[in-house]
Amino acid sequence: MNGNGFEPKIVAFTCNWCSYAAADLAGTSRIHYPPNVRTVRVMCSGMVDPIFVLRALETGFDGVLIAGCHFGDCHYVSGNVRAQERVETIRRLLHTLGLEDERLKLEWISAAEGGIFAETIEKYVVRLKELGPSPFRKEAAA
Amino acid sequence: MTRENGAPRIGVYVCHCGTNIAGVVDVEQVADYARGLPSVVVARDYKYMCSDPGQNLIKDDIREFGLDRVVVASCSPRMHEPTFRRACQAAGLNPYLFAMANIREHCSWVHDDVELATEKAKALVRAAVGRAYYQESLETHGVPVNPNVLVVGGGIAGIQAALEIADADRQVYLVEREPSIGGHMAQFDKTFPTLDCAACILTPKMVSVGQHPFIKLMSYSEVVEVSGFVGNYTVKVRRKARYVDEEKCTGCGLCQTKCPWKTDSEFDMGLGKRKAIYMPFPQAIPLVPVIDTDLCVYFQKGKCRVCEKFCEANALDFEQTDRIEEIEVGSIIVATGFETFDAERIPRYSYGRLPNVVTSLELERMVNASGPTGGKIVLEDGSTPERVGIVHCVGSRDVNYNVYCSRVCCMASLKLAHLVREKSGADVYNFYIDMRAGGKGYEEFYRRVMEEGTHVIRGRVAVVSASPQVPEEEGHLIVQVEDTLTAVVRRIPMDMVILAVGMEPREDAEEVARLFKISRSADGFFLEKHPKLDPVATTTDGVFVVGACQGPKDIPDTVAQASAAAARALAMISKGQVVPEAATATVDAALCQGCGRCEEICEFGAPIVTLEDGVPVSSVNAAMCKGCGACAVVCPTGAISVRHFTRDEILAEIDALAGVPA
Repeated sequence: MNGNGFEPKIVAFTCNWCSYAAADLAGTSRIHYPPNVRTVRVMCSGMVDPIFVLRALETGFDGVLIAGCHFGDCHYVSGNVRAQERVETIRRLLHTLGLEDERLKLEWISAAEGGIFAETIEKYVVRLKELGPSPFRKEAAA
Repeated sequence: MTRENGAPRIGVYVCHCGTNIAGVVDVEQVADYARGLPSVVVARDYKYMCSDPGQNLIKDDIREFGLDRVVVASCSPRMHEPTFRRACQAAGLNPYLFAMANIREHCSWVHDDVELATEKAKALVRAAVGRAYYQESLETHGVPVNPNVLVVGGGIAGIQAALEIADADRQVYLVEREPSIGGHMAQFDKTFPTLDCAACILTPKMVSVGQHPFIKLMSYSEVVEVSGFVGNYTVKVRRKARYVDEEKCTGCGLCQTKCPWKTDSEFDMGLGKRKAIYMPFPQAIPLVPVIDTDLCVYFQKGKCRVCEKFCEANALDFEQTDRIEEIEVGSIIVATGFETFDAERIPRYSYGRLPNVVTSLELERMVNASGPTGGKIVLEDGSTPERVGIVHCVGSRDVNYNVYCSRVCCMASLKLAHLVREKSGADVYNFYIDMRAGGKGYEEFYRRVMEEGTHVIRGRVAVVSASPQVPEEEGHLIVQVEDTLTAVVRRIPMDMVILAVGMEPREDAEEVARLFKISRSADGFFLEKHPKLDPVATTTDGVFVVGACQGPKDIPDTVAQASAAAARALAMISKGQVVPEAATATVDAALCQGCGRCEEICEFGAPIVTLEDGVPVSSVNAAMCKGCGACAVVCPTGAISVRHFTRDEILAEIDALAGVPA
């Protein structure tokens, strides 16, 4: 399973105001990036429950991206600050489960940064390929 | 996973978007796939789902198949979610039972492998179907809109917006930080391309603002706090102490004549002087002076009060203090303007180091008849220049400073070329990268200035120096530039060099953005909701941006945008109510332990723990809740959740994306 041709699966929790809009802008600007990512729209990065991250890893995603507004730009004042605090906690949890820190990635991407969204995905795919499949990934039939 | 009241009946619609989606995603295959998903009773693909026939497809199916959930796979929900929600509603389905899969912006436009893109589209449809399964009907109720409007910034943008609204007999609060309204436009001499005098067209508008029965002008004031939500904002404004009673002052100006203390005038860009008690310029509105306490000797040393002795109206009030005034408004128009690029940041242009290197704004004051030189163009030694160079794009179109074009400098530089020639008879050289004259009458103006004999040289100026290499350069400023049309490096001696400085976001743009909860684009200007289709709204409902705070623009565009924002504010008032977000937090009282963590984390004061029969329990004020979900994550018992973004809905989405059978 760790051999060549491993394509990591990524789920991206993107906030409605900045990062989801950035992904939209990447589309509008036709900036291509690898199709390994699936986006889930949330209203705020501060809405992402640790359970969502754990469920994503449990169900076979190799990496989870939480993307929100830059500090100071949060539509809800401090949601992104909460998200950052929470990511630290979740990473400690991942540690105890034997998962690498980088299985959970946090990025601030503004609505004007379509290119940065694409770049983030591109780099994350490369990094996850280096890390190899998540140990939780079910031995899929296909 | 179980669901009450039976399995839902879901319809799935896959849009081709012409070839925008269908060119990369096998839409028929996606529709076939959707047909096999649990609870899906009908799935179709169609050329343009957003078209009337596309929407009718949904409406007809809702009626024919008794659909109680609708999924459309097409563009971004930020684009057409409202369209399809309305279609559902028209067929009697609650709009919150609609879900959308973004297979265009997030799929077909960013991928090119048909097989992988089609797989991704299927996953996104599966996720939307998965989440739709758990979605619930939500009810929305309109709340009344306060018909007052706050306009922040009294430049031409704010003035225009305020007058448009006030002329419709609606109350406007116009808050201006400086002692007078007028902004940058008041500093200009003439305006391109018509060359009408800026003061002649601006001051009548300023006077209208000052006298309008529906405008409360709050000059020398700043917004310090904004709370509430669309239609119902509460704003705190700090009224800075002027030390002059606005009611009593007659604007005679005797105080500033008699005041013995001088400093550089900000309005005249430091070229002229003002007093410690001053009105920034003769046409100031309101025509009431302020005391600069840093300069005033009474405030510094406790002695003087000469102004008070001469004031016949007895308007001086040294006991005045800053006070906070609270106002209630329904919408807010932010028109805080721009700053000019600081030319000292480009050392090779020698601004601030060599005499007679000036900025375009300084020249505006110099060329103005009521300016510090009485309209004469003079060198620092008092003589008249014979040769003047104008450098375009200073700080603009430069990766080291600002990559964007400031849009107005080409035309402003041509205008200055005309004025300098007219007033001093000097030979004028304009150094440009590209001549940008896109606007009504602009190209014609460019021709006119060229025909007058202004020299135009294409090339970005390398250095402005005072180091002569040949005798003719002695005693002059030397502009070194590559003339890119002839590929020759030239050194041209000048008596004066004008730097056409670009437009930048104001220094405090970040704080202002935070205050009004608006975003900024990469260049630091305030971000509009949509770059083409919604250029005045922001992502915060009821807050609009106009003028150069949103991006560099000239006066005609600023006025147009200001009128547009005024129309939007008036539309809200005319409708009389707004429908707030229905996707708010809600508490399951049976699970709530009244710990109060929701109350602690909420930035908006929406959840409140109260005693119900002696037991603490939380409840959410829907009007205050913005649906951010901060509370739902910290709730230890899962009692509080955000409607439309419930844990079940999102977990279903994750499971579906992962391919876990529902």
